[in-house]
Amino acid sequence: MTERRTPEPGSWLGIPPFPKAAKSALENAEQRKNLRHATGTIRAKRVARAAEVPDWEELRTAGAQIKDRVARHLEHYLLQAEAAMTAAGITVHWARDADDANRIVTEIAQAKGVDEVVKIKSMVTQEIDLNEHLEANGIAAWETDLAELIVQLGHDLPSHILVPAIHRNRSEVREIFTTEMGRYGTPAPEGISDNPAELTDAARTHLREKFLRAKMAVSGGNFIVAETGTLVVVESEGNGRMCLTLPETMVSIVGIEKIVPTLQDLEVFLKLLPRSSTGERMNPYTSFWTGVTPGDGPQDLHVVLLDNGRTNALADPHGRAALRCIRCSACLNICPVYERVGGHAYGSPYPGPIGAILGPQLRGMDNPNDRALPFASTLCGACNEVCPVRIPFTDILVHLRHKAVEYKTAKHPTGEQALMKGAGWLMADGSHLETAQQASQLAGKVLRGKWLGPLPIPIASRWLQARDVEAPPAQTFRQWWKDNHEGDQQ
Amino acid sequence: MTTEAPGTDARPARSAAPHVALFATCITDTMKPSVPIATVKLLERLGCRVSFPMKQTCCGQIMTNTGYYKEALPAVRNYADTFGEYDYIVGPSGSCVGSVREQHVMLAQDAGDEGLATAAGAVASRTYELTEFIVDVLGVTDVGAYFPHRVTYHPTCHSMRIAKVGDRPLQLLRAVRGIDLVDLPKAEQCCGFGGTFSVKNSEVSVAMASDKARHVRSTDAEFLVAGDHACLMNIGGVLHRQRAGIKTIHLAEILASTEEDQR
Ligand code: SF4
Repeated sequence: MTERRTPEPGSWLGIPPFPKAAKSALENAEQRKNLRHATGTIRAKRVARAAEVPDWEELRTAGAQIKDRVARHLEHYLLQAEAAMTAAGITVHWARDADDANRIVTEIAQAKGVDEVVKIKSMVTQEIDLNEHLEANGIAAWETDLAELIVQLGHDLPSHILVPAIHRNRSEVREIFTTEMGRYGTPAPEGISDNPAELTDAARTHLREKFLRAKMAVSGGNFIVAETGTLVVVESEGNGRMCLTLPETMVSIVGIEKIVPTLQDLEVFLKLLPRSSTGERMNPYTSFWTGVTPGDGPQDLHVVLLDNGRTNALADPHGRAALRCIRCSACLNICPVYERVGGHAYGSPYPGPIGAILGPQLRGMDNPNDRALPFASTLCGACNEVCPVRIPFTDILVHLRHKAVEYKTAKHPTGEQALMKGAGWLMADGSHLETAQQASQLAGKVLRGKWLGPLPIPIASRWLQARDVEAPPAQTFRQWWKDNHEGDQQ
Repeated sequence: MTTEAPGTDARPARSAAPHVALFATCITDTMKPSVPIATVKLLERLGCRVSFPMKQTCCGQIMTNTGYYKEALPAVRNYADTFGEYDYIVGPSGSCVGSVREQHVMLAQDAGDEGLATAAGAVASRTYELTEFIVDVLGVTDVGAYFPHRVTYHPTCHSMRIAKVGDRPLQLLRAVRGIDLVDLPKAEQCCGFGGTFSVKNSEVSVAMASDKARHVRSTDAEFLVAGDHACLMNIGGVLHRQRAGIKTIHLAEILASTEEDQR
């Protein structure tokens, strides 16, 4: 095998299902500290920026409704977008799945005779693992977003939608830059400190060389406007603008749910997105491009429209709202589970609440990791309140739990199912419950108000490892009522 | 809707006493009878006639939220049968009331039982969380309670975000005489209970409960109060293990307390 061109990344494949992965993530004290700090800061910013928009709640509703309209008439808008993009000089490709999309991008690079590409930060290329496919074909893909660069040089995996290196602090970043930059291009300056300005400077110098050399760029896309065929990329660092200026060829891979009908609809999303995402009134760089402009920017434009499970999600009336997502990451930042375990435990580039509802819909329930994801939530509902497109997370999580259970119990009955059946019978009538309460009252008489500590009882021990429990009372409420209100109504 | 000024007579000026069916919830019926007992005492003091239909059981949430829709259906059906004839069904739990209102119709529809869906929708619309009933229906914010202790309030996720009780519990607590109510830091963050989450992802659950317990301890309160017993069990379990010396108490128990039964 020939030597790799780019740093070998971490692998999602080795990550166990959520409960186990989360357990080991919890033991990473440094990461917990970094995440608590980062999510705390960004939460406060989002709240402040949302609060200053008087019609924030109406905007959220509008965002949800526009996305739902697109989903209802997706075929119409996709064809309209294809026609408009084609008319503007963009070559449009359709990709059913990750393999299709990766092959299309590879073929474009090969046809152009390039052996490296620069990348604008994109979730969808993480989803399809584009970098590794290009690498396997001898093409080096260089991440140009600062946080993506940290992840790439750190042989790491992204752990957040917006800030993929959120689990790293600046001394770790310094470490990564000093040891790795020189191996893949311009090294970090000697004796660089962990001052953010110095680190950013090092990244800028390291990337400059790559920008100037690049003949081809790869991006995702935040939106495609169907009526005009305009692509929109929203970013903070200007690296996207560089990718849109210097290389001759530009390939954008965009999920089919990213369509908005008209330019006017963008008004809603360009208000919602930065405020929900970085907690800014407006992000620093918003690029629109509509086809080729002679002598200005890329002269060969391609768009790959990707399905990769999206039509499966669309087919599920109870789950499809997940496709409204505009990848702002507010749901991650507010999530108390994400705050403690970080992104890697979710086993895919989409972590947090959106990962828990989107992943299993895109990929299906065949994999135990995907079946565990809908359970990676306390159903506290904090995400429901912040999502700029009003995705009803808690309803979808419960719905997907139901699907996971159906999947698991389809072939043979499970112990949990027997337990739940038992509970179902118990709760079918007060007389059933009362029978069971005979046992709890008996236990209460024996234990007489004691508290129970750690006990090696299966399942119960998981509660009791850190939490005591009060023994059941010798008299239930039902019994108390009989004793004290006998003769009352009912 | 009228709102009583603090210190006025706790009894609403109504000709006919509202007839309330108590939904005790299976967890406090079985594990913490002091909560429904306090609820009865409180509602009677506020001039209600209280019934406890013996047929009642549970909202079915433990099955529903674990993904077992079929298994939850008997509880849904039983709830509609039990409470169908009452105008006011009141439960001392935002979570259980939230489940009745937000999930029962969905479960009936999933089972293809339109008749049950209609019945469940009707009975859900007459189901109130305790503080909603007191503030919105009875129009009372001073229930005439006395509780001379330092107390901190955890709003609980399902009370806040599913039942959407808003600040009604705080309105009622602020009017309690003798109470020293202190703010809980990061009050709106989940305690980590989450039903079967507490055992399926027990380590994460404990990490969250421990943070919550730390915030509770930082208030120097004698009591942690909430409107959902399950969350109190979770946080209280950690506090007890830590010998923190802070007791947990349900909202209904504080609101039911008077000078006579001072703790
Ligand atoms: S699901 Fe909503 S909150 Fe989460 S990333 Fe997407 S748009 Fe943002």
